[in-house]
Amino acid sequence: MATSVLEHRAPAIHHAHPKTGIWSWITTVDHKRIGILYGATAFLFFLLGGIEALIMRLQLMGPNGKLVDPDTFNALFTMHGTTMIFLGVMPLSAMFFNYFIPLQIGARDVAFPRLNAFSYWVFLLGGLFINASFLVGAPPNGGWFGYANLTSSRVIAATAAAPAPGMNIDFWVIGLQILGIASIAAALNFFVTIVNLRAPGMKMLRMPMFVWMSFVVQVLLLLAFPVITVALVFLMMDRNFGTSFFMPDGGGDPIMWQHLFWIFGHPEVYILILPAFGITSEILPVFSRKPLFGYTAMVFSGIFIGFVGFGVWSHHMFATGMGPFADTFFSMATMVIALPTGVKIFNWIGTIWGGSLRFTTAMMMALAMVALFIIGGLSGVMHSAPPADLQQTDTYFIVAHFHYVLFGGSIFGLTAGAYYWWPKMFGRLLDEGMGKAHFWLMFVGMNMTFFPMHFLGLNGMPRRVYTYPPGLGFEFWNKFETIGAFILAFSFLIFLVNIIKTWFGPANAPADPWHGATLEWSIPSPPQEFNFPKLPMVGSSVPQWDARRAAGGHLPEPALVSGADIPMPNPSYWPLVSAIGVFLVLGSLLFIRVNPVHWWQFTLFGVAVLFFGVFRWAFEPPH
Amino acid sequence: MAQAATATAEMSPADEHHWTSTGLDSRKIAIWGFIGSECLFFASLISTYLVYKGKSLVGPLPHAESQCLLHGKMQTCEGVFETPLVTAGTAVLLFSSFFVVLALYHAQKGNRAKLLGWLSATVMCGVFFVSMQVYEFTHFYHKGMGYSTNLFSTTFFTLTGFHGSHVTLGVIWLSTVLILAARGKLPPEKSLNLELAALYWHFVDVVWIVIFPVVYLMR
Amino acid sequence: MDRRPERVGRAWLARTVLLGLVILAAACADNYPQTTLNPRSDITRLIDQLFRTTFWWAVVVFVLVEGALVYALWRFRAKPNDPEPVQTHGNTTLEIIWTAIPAVILVLIAIPTVKTIFKTSLPAPNPAVEVDVIGHQWYWEFRYPKLGVVTANELVVPQKKMIGLRMWSADVLHSFWSPQLAAKRDVFPIFSQTKLKKVNPLWFTADTVGDYTGQCAELCGIQHGRMGLRVIVLNDADFDKWVAAERVGSPLVEGGKVPAAVDSVWKADSIMTKGATTFLTGGCISCHAMVGTPLAGAMTLRGPNLSHVGGRTTIGANMYENTPTNLAQWLRDPQGMKKGSHMILPRPLTEDEIATLVAYLRAHK
Repeated sequence: MATSVLEHRAPAIHHAHPKTGIWSWITTVDHKRIGILYGATAFLFFLLGGIEALIMRLQLMGPNGKLVDPDTFNALFTMHGTTMIFLGVMPLSAMFFNYFIPLQIGARDVAFPRLNAFSYWVFLLGGLFINASFLVGAPPNGGWFGYANLTSSRVIAATAAAPAPGMNIDFWVIGLQILGIASIAAALNFFVTIVNLRAPGMKMLRMPMFVWMSFVVQVLLLLAFPVITVALVFLMMDRNFGTSFFMPDGGGDPIMWQHLFWIFGHPEVYILILPAFGITSEILPVFSRKPLFGYTAMVFSGIFIGFVGFGVWSHHMFATGMGPFADTFFSMATMVIALPTGVKIFNWIGTIWGGSLRFTTAMMMALAMVALFIIGGLSGVMHSAPPADLQQTDTYFIVAHFHYVLFGGSIFGLTAGAYYWWPKMFGRLLDEGMGKAHFWLMFVGMNMTFFPMHFLGLNGMPRRVYTYPPGLGFEFWNKFETIGAFILAFSFLIFLVNIIKTWFGPANAPADPWHGATLEWSIPSPPQEFNFPKLPMVGSSVPQWDARRAAGGHLPEPALVSGADIPMPNPSYWPLVSAIGVFLVLGSLLFIRVNPVHWWQFTLFGVAVLFFGVFRWAFEPPH
Repeated sequence: MAQAATATAEMSPADEHHWTSTGLDSRKIAIWGFIGSECLFFASLISTYLVYKGKSLVGPLPHAESQCLLHGKMQTCEGVFETPLVTAGTAVLLFSSFFVVLALYHAQKGNRAKLLGWLSATVMCGVFFVSMQVYEFTHFYHKGMGYSTNLFSTTFFTLTGFHGSHVTLGVIWLSTVLILAARGKLPPEKSLNLELAALYWHFVDVVWIVIFPVVYLMR
Repeated sequence: MDRRPERVGRAWLARTVLLGLVILAAACADNYPQTTLNPRSDITRLIDQLFRTTFWWAVVVFVLVEGALVYALWRFRAKPNDPEPVQTHGNTTLEIIWTAIPAVILVLIAIPTVKTIFKTSLPAPNPAVEVDVIGHQWYWEFRYPKLGVVTANELVVPQKKMIGLRMWSADVLHSFWSPQLAAKRDVFPIFSQTKLKKVNPLWFTADTVGDYTGQCAELCGIQHGRMGLRVIVLNDADFDKWVAAERVGSPLVEGGKVPAAVDSVWKADSIMTKGATTFLTGGCISCHAMVGTPLAGAMTLRGPNLSHVGGRTTIGANMYENTPTNLAQWLRDPQGMKKGSHMILPRPLTEDEIATLVAYLRAHK
């Protein structure tokens, strides 16, 4: 990655780059196309994670479920969590970062277009790598949190009945490292883009709230991912080279893994939710015809959430017995996070208060996001009290809590973003009728699936159990939840049909279908490759509203221009070659166990590919 | 209300192309962001080293005598560290930071001969440091301290090994720039290419300034 | 969203309230034997009190905030020819108020929280009964060092006495959870050599005689889902009787030796003698300590101590009722009964052997 910064921009004459064909997608460095690649890939992974969830729901529908084996069930919840977090919500957010950060700040592309392509390819290969574990029959099964020493092979090896220490966890450990590289590269890119490529006049405190929340997310990514990378390296060494980082028989401490994991893991929660906060803060003002209430408070509450988010990790570990003083500290720090979160919610209500609300699908999704996030936030406060957490942790109460935050919050927010920005991305408006059907089924299904989990958890149902005996009273709500889960799944089927129908429908979207406030609405839908024929001059946080007002309420459709004199980066396949290099280097570590003598030759080959790719990339003229 | 969004009519396409909000080159901000991220990487490694300090079940230990498994039987072995050697390596690495500053100064002045001289000196310092580390690791290995011997050896090799690989990458990067400079492809207006490598190099040095006392001096 | 008449709204309200009541009734704790909401000990009552405090605060906040949100949705829905709304950008006073009020509520939650933390997280000050709890893949071992008892999966305790637990694990992380009596705490592996000895404390005083279920709450491998446990609370007399029975042949009492009188009775009993032989020849002995066998005093075997298995109510970590049929099936096909379990038969047992073992094991109450 170090050499990627050799990338530089020199003026050159723009040659129209081919817009169709698979090669144009493989070599693309256009942030908009990469955004679409991210979105399409992530949506497929999201559906896969959803199918995993449905199988779990079927297994839990009644007591003593026999649909899947216990070990398959462990693999299902591990992969459901891993997929939804790293291959679903994060890259779906990355789709919006890619497509809309440059558009909202008035830039022609991200700061490092080829690094952007590299991030995507590494992400894709990492996602495929983890899921390839299913094909060889060794899916990860140690939980998305991979607690040592269960995940350290020496213990697994000692369990006589389990098959020989498989590569299950190796797939997970290596896959997450590959994905981590993609995340850090992308975060660096967006961080620089936001700092440095804002259009003239766009001060930091004039940035759209989505860009602000994205900015906080990039900082969190940059600071949190190195920690998990270190933890994963330790775990890999424990598994393959006989070290004792987390192994008590060698003096190591399994709690060390928990600390390292959650120092990453808690900021990760905000990495997942803040983009949805940003999207909601874009949508509510537009459909209320009122600016965001308390812009500055919204900015600083977001920063505060991100900052304090680094100091609360041990609230995931109250049950480990840290002692009263640590419990008190982490409990108080956790409660403090409720304050900026509350500020956000009140400001959203303040935004719609006194407005003129248009209930488009995007608006309904965004409002539901607020309503559902409140529930997740309140249950969060309940288990911020360590003694209460001693009953609630590792039960379905927690499952309910974080699905209200991550499904009710993140997924509703991201879906809102999809409906809101679809016309900009594809020049076509999604069908509002189907959109509303999607919304209502999703809303009902979501609450049916996850609300009863509160009851189950408080009434004694632990998480991650492949089944439960009859007689504990878990039957009714589990059946109810399974029905809810299928309603939820059905709602996304409607979304899929909507997408397909729209795809073949007319390109009917004007540049600014919603009367938006931000710069992306000032250019044609979909935007031309260079986005802005001239860099816009920004005078406030709602530049498009200013323009509309100045034009007396009606803006003409922006004209398409040739843009022949605008220098744009050349397509390049070196990012893909470099990504394959990264993939080979890390992927080769999977074979340590298979071929302890020669595996490193494979690694060396990967290093050669990586260096070759990076050098060609560094010395390739970017334009 | 401020003025409406209007095009920046006075900027030519080339001006627009070079427009940045801060006036700095994006690559420079990127390297600072990357360094920030790396700080957390090394912070995690150093913290782990410190948490496990003194928790090894068997020897060898850094300074004190301990019981080690050597040649198949437990025996008393002395502390493994050769502090004078590492101190020399540390000094050389620190000097290299000084040299790269001078190299950059002459790159910006267009003083190619001096640029080449100082940059070569920097690279050689880096090579010396890495060689020192390779020697040290081999030496430890012969003293019966393998990668997984005990918590000390594991955390020590991991921490200093990752640092060493960063130094190696820095050497490769600086060497690439050196070759460019030797071919006359590093004119003053492109001196940023050296400045980026230099920033990374300084960071690697600074990390060592933390690692050295924590690992070698603290008892 | 266009349906204006208030009647629609009222019908919705009525239906919502009704639905809410149905849900509350169904969620009521009585139907759930493993619930956290029906505490039966001092510590779980403390926790329940704290939970109820935060819960009601959460309900108040929920009603007010969601109420404001829903009201705003209805009140400010767009009407045709709406003028542009007033373009407010914020209100500092308001923003200070709605930061301050939650802060006050949080303080009101924080005070009882901290008090409860200090009451619940320290080791038992002066326990009447001390129990070492050891998590295994996938069963619980309970040792009463002062009473000389070693048993598995069923923690038997006297009523109204403080029980002090010291907990660790023999392999991976587990979490001891008895929702009605003791809440939950993780257990960590310890090894004799290790300087890091993390032995986690937990304590409780059960106030009602009864049979309570619990479960491992930390993912610990393939059979995490069925790593159950029971806590059986007895009155003092019953408890003393139980201890006296369990002491016979316990590893903690004269290394597992049984009194000569008992021994001679067993030697005369064909069920006991045949059973003990089969226990050895069938290979059970390699993983299980058993009274009257050479390894009766063993403490580090892989499987649970079976010395008084006949007196337990369940087998397979609270998975099956302890009936002759279930026990026989378990001996016939442990992997079919509990997939992935560490119980691997060195060789299949014959039906005769199974019958002998069932009778033998059940005879040891």
